[in-house]
Amino acid sequence: MKFYIKFDGIAACKVIVREHLDSLGIKYEMLSLGEIIINNKISDEDFNNLQKDLSKYSIEIVSNPKNQLIQRIKDTIVELVHEPDMPLTTISIYLAEKLNLSYGYISNVFSEYTYSSIENYFIIQKIERAKKLIIEEELTLTEISYKLNYSSVAHLSGQFKKTTGITPSMFKRIIERRRLTAKSN
Amino acid sequence: MADDDADDRQFFSEAISELKMENKFTVFKDGGELMDYLQHPETDLPHILFLDLNMPCKTGFDCLKEIRQTARFNDLSIAIYSTSSSEEDIENSFIGGANIYIKKPNDFVKLKKAIKDVVNINWQFHSSGMNMETFLFSI
Repeated sequence: MKFYIKFDGIAACKVIVREHLDSLGIKYEMLSLGEIIINNKISDEDFNNLQKDLSKYSIEIVSNPKNQLIQRIKDTIVELVHEPDMPLTTISIYLAEKLNLSYGYISNVFSEYTYSSIENYFIIQKIERAKKLIIEEELTLTEISYKLNYSSVAHLSGQFKKTTGITPSMFKRIIERRRLTAKSN
Repeated sequence: MADDDADDRQFFSEAISELKMENKFTVFKDGGELMDYLQHPETDLPHILFLDLNMPCKTGFDCLKEIRQTARFNDLSIAIYSTSSSEEDIENSFIGGANIYIKKPNDFVKLKKAIKDVVNINWQFHSSGMNMETFLFSI
């Protein structure tokens, strides 16, 4: 017996990709052909499995290596500010050592693709950490400034005010009152 | 954005267009118009909403309250855009669920800088998956 098939390669490819994403329980959006946005975080293991499974169908995941580097820079900064004892190095030395690349290169790629600087991102993340420590662990500003390697409380307060436009005490008051209103509703 | 003052709307729209951001920008004359638009099921929700506090019928506070009671709008950043710089208004806006408070600048260059800073910090929060619950920014 001999028969002929008629097929739509694009549609078939979409179905294959969809089935694999669904089976891994990944939430995604398929934009134009070949562009997929993953809505929640995907573990390295799942990503590798997806890559392996799709390669059987000659479907290759192409991701921009620069974007991957930026993600690694961001992750490294977030990890750094979450260290129980933040090491006393500068962000430039820390990143260069962790990523094994020159800081000049890292810094250029970051600025070029994010329209922001590493220093700026580092400050934002330190202030994010400070916010969390203020409301969740109820540490004093002195304790937080020590934990995040600020030279003084004044330095931390100043940077908090400069980054968010409000003082740490006003921040604390707002979050507390928000939670109270949420409870009473 | 929603603002009942025609001059303010124009001022703001010009600043946005001069910043050459590749974003879609929609203007509403009052809170009612804005809420109708947001609640329409086919509306593509914006990333950020600029809300004047003093508007007739539905004030900015009314809109803020309605939006924050709807789960569908959880990821929507709300920027209050107001002439008031009283600490009480700022604090109440934040307690009501605003993320950003912009004191209306009367200088065009300052307005452009403020919008740019706001859009930038908002993007940082969304793209880096930072905690929206504690996203407060006043300028």
